[in-house]
Amino acid sequence: MGQYILRRVLQAIPLLFIISVVIFALMMSAGDPLATMGGRRATRPSDRARLARQLGLDKPLSTQYLYWLIGNDWDRLDLDGDGVAESPGRRLGVLRGDFGTSLVNRGRPALEVIWDRLPNTLLLMVPAEIVIVLGALLVGIYSALRQYSWLDHAMTALSFVGYSMPIFFVALLSMYLFAVLFRRWGLPYLPTVGMFEPTVGKTPLEVMRHMVLPVFSIATISLAGYSRYIRSTMLEVLSQDYIRTARAKGLPQREVVLIHALKNASLPIVTVVGLDLPFLLAGALVTESIFAWPGMGRLFIYHLERTDLPVVMGILLLISLAVVTFQLITDVAYAWLDPRIRYN
Amino acid sequence: MGTLLEVQDLRVRFHTTEGVVHAVNGISYSMQEGETVALVGESGCGKSVSMMSILRLIPCPPGEVAEGRALFGQRDLLQLEEAELERIRGGQIGMVFQDPMTSLNPVLTIGRQITETLRAHTSSDGASARTRTLELLDMVGLPAAEERLQDYPHQFSGGMRQRAMIAMALACSPKLLIADEPTTALDVTIQAQIVELALQLRERLGMAIIWITHDLGVVAGLADRVLVMYAGYLVEEAPVLELFSRPWHPYTLSLLAALPRVDRPRSSRLKPIPGAPPNLLAEAHGCPFAPRCGFVMNRCRAENPPLVEIEAGRKLACWANVETGQPR
Amino acid sequence: MDTAAGLTLPRLEELEAPPLSLAQLFWRRFRRHRMALAGAVTLALLTLYSLGGSLFLTEAFANFTQTALRLQAPSASHPFGTDTIGRDILARTIYGGQISLLIGLAAMLVELVIGVGVGALAGYYGKVIDSLLMRITEAWLNIPALFLLLIMAKSFGGRIPDVQLLGRSFSGSVVAIILIIGLTSWMYLARIVRAEFLSLKEQDFVLAARATGTSDLSIILQHILPNSVAPIVVAATLSVGNAILTESYISFLGLGVQPPTATWGNMLEGAHGYIEQAPWLWIFPGTLILLTVLSINFIGDGLRDALDPRSRAI
Repeated sequence: MGQYILRRVLQAIPLLFIISVVIFALMMSAGDPLATMGGRRATRPSDRARLARQLGLDKPLSTQYLYWLIGNDWDRLDLDGDGVAESPGRRLGVLRGDFGTSLVNRGRPALEVIWDRLPNTLLLMVPAEIVIVLGALLVGIYSALRQYSWLDHAMTALSFVGYSMPIFFVALLSMYLFAVLFRRWGLPYLPTVGMFEPTVGKTPLEVMRHMVLPVFSIATISLAGYSRYIRSTMLEVLSQDYIRTARAKGLPQREVVLIHALKNASLPIVTVVGLDLPFLLAGALVTESIFAWPGMGRLFIYHLERTDLPVVMGILLLISLAVVTFQLITDVAYAWLDPRIRYN
Repeated sequence: MGTLLEVQDLRVRFHTTEGVVHAVNGISYSMQEGETVALVGESGCGKSVSMMSILRLIPCPPGEVAEGRALFGQRDLLQLEEAELERIRGGQIGMVFQDPMTSLNPVLTIGRQITETLRAHTSSDGASARTRTLELLDMVGLPAAEERLQDYPHQFSGGMRQRAMIAMALACSPKLLIADEPTTALDVTIQAQIVELALQLRERLGMAIIWITHDLGVVAGLADRVLVMYAGYLVEEAPVLELFSRPWHPYTLSLLAALPRVDRPRSSRLKPIPGAPPNLLAEAHGCPFAPRCGFVMNRCRAENPPLVEIEAGRKLACWANVETGQPR
Repeated sequence: MDTAAGLTLPRLEELEAPPLSLAQLFWRRFRRHRMALAGAVTLALLTLYSLGGSLFLTEAFANFTQTALRLQAPSASHPFGTDTIGRDILARTIYGGQISLLIGLAAMLVELVIGVGVGALAGYYGKVIDSLLMRITEAWLNIPALFLLLIMAKSFGGRIPDVQLLGRSFSGSVVAIILIIGLTSWMYLARIVRAEFLSLKEQDFVLAARATGTSDLSIILQHILPNSVAPIVVAATLSVGNAILTESYISFLGLGVQPPTATWGNMLEGAHGYIEQAPWLWIFPGTLILLTVLSINFIGDGLRDALDPRSRAI
């Protein structure tokens, strides 16, 4: 088991390396490199030349990648163009958290800008994931047990509809129903903008009220998809011989389903939940834009529109790292849960 | 010694996309306490389905118990409430299945899978269940039982798994043990061990056994009585010695003739039964064995012979007399 | 037929049910899947709507702005209402549909070429090539697609010039979007193809082909690939729906296909700002996207049941 963990971690390293190369390549081809890494608009030719040398743009690509990754404060640069390297670099590199400085936020370190908004996004994503897992389990198990019933067919059809919808459509529909129409009908309605009402203040209750619609929008589609997956996994598990044995032993139905069946079904479910992070992030991105939620997703769009590449690339790096890490955790969890792997 | 199980006119059908499969077509028999009955027939003849449908372990749909009664101690298992049936399953009737690898839950320990039976049917608490489990594992010949409790099925060998299954089935000292081809998936040497174990346990516990198999060799050493099935019908019933020395149904004859035997000359050829098993999708007209029967007559193709008692303890469903070659 | 022992052997037809041809089996299973049929019909109707509609309404009309008539509710002259600068929404959904469907199909083709290529090479050659290609595939998979897509759309979207085809002008961003979606979605197909190749290449018919000196390329294209068609067809079908959804996401966020070229996605851009006053802005294009993707998902599900019943995933 320990060996397995070690192996997975080692496997993750070349993966992260390739990802960093891809992101670096994307960054180099995406915009003005001077703006990308410089952070200030240099206008005079001599300034631009100096900045170019400071950023290492006169160096070969591989060196540039190196500087980007681990900084250049350990090397000397030739800043005045006389052919002699005399000044030490000032970049720390991505691995040490230096994503450059934000163009839009006037020289604030990009990482700081991102870190500010990260908790708000987590505030949407974590509850959404909980809703997804619990909801999908409920619907999926119920559908599997009541196979062929009209309720099962109805839920299957709804699931199809659910995951054929774009998230923004779900968001708009829920906005229209729970905010606009409810208000028109005099029912208590939900807010649709921001994280809290400025007049009321950032109280937990306010934030929770504002969270409902965004979380619901993110969760709906994944819930629809997973409930089908859980249903089919449960059906497969329930048709296995060991379930027949459990029933032949006279165990009550509840025990058969919730322990014998679910324990086996939870294995593939764990894997799939682990794969969900990119979709959750995408959902957060779209929902934050619609509901003006001050999270990382909205930050991304805002800064992308203004070509603030340090922040944009920083976000991309962070979330890619998160995805890889999360998958690693999921794989390890799977190995730990399955006794066939754990005890071997 | 009273009647333990009485099956009356059991009919089981499966509704598939290709049509209705008539898996079990009106079989009737009864069993006494303590006796061992072997249910014999080739793959697909309905022997497993008939046993599993008595305990209502067949998924319905697509299965359907169309008719029949299964009286276990005067109560019809097919009509019982689910809760009542759960008490009988595992408590009074234990079942051992064919493939111990797939029939044991891979994510639960062996110990857990045995103790949960005890907790479901007896009022044992954790400690006494554990003690009993150790006893059971010892009884079925699994060494170092203490460590075995924490093991998972994949850590056992095939023979060990089957022994664990038997321990599970016998945990609550059931009156009836149903063994559905328990040795088919095992090596020949392990097969012999399992049969030996069954004999020992029967000595010790005195439960009735229904042993389903297509292997006549096992039948000889184990059974008191034999039921022969073909295409969902019961075609012959006889005490074991009678069946082997004076088989009456052409199918039984062919089965025995097809057995490789040590006491025949080496040059003699094996005699397989010609033809193939029938398509269970079609309702049979006449005797289902007619297409492959060496004693077939015109009447056989038109009318399906009913199962009748010819002598005390011997039943037969056949129009022919295989000893004389004439109609019976 | 009599044997030496005097027994009559039965004729085979008496004993077995008649076998069905592959096509008959396929059609039977597909037909059972009524939702798949409903999906096929709906998709056909939607395609008819998008293509046939252009016979009645010109593209010029779809792009014709009349700010005086902005944000009008559905009426006789504008059955779907008008948008924020007075364009007729019905006409825009017709032409938007053409673009959205085009992008879906074209992106699928790009994914197909890349995905099958990578998967076949990785699966067939195995070992080092497989390792390398799979690492790259995994890397692409681990970068959250939407973010990657948005960055690429922003960077490259404007760099492709407008295309003139069949007398109509397409915004260069259409081609860019097609390429970008294709470049970021091929991984799923690659994995499926790789799995197929890994298992098929051990089969006897491949060994036989190799023994007779058939070239690797021939084996891949003529022997293995035709046998792995089933899961590829299913995955490709579903990817069309996915591409349409993806395009709608990017366009909704304003970084996709640029106006005046309409797509169902970019018609929804900024619609949440008018949620109270003009729900028709987003209900019509949104519903059209939903119906299209839903139909495709039904069809894909039916295809999977019919062609490849073993692989039951979601």
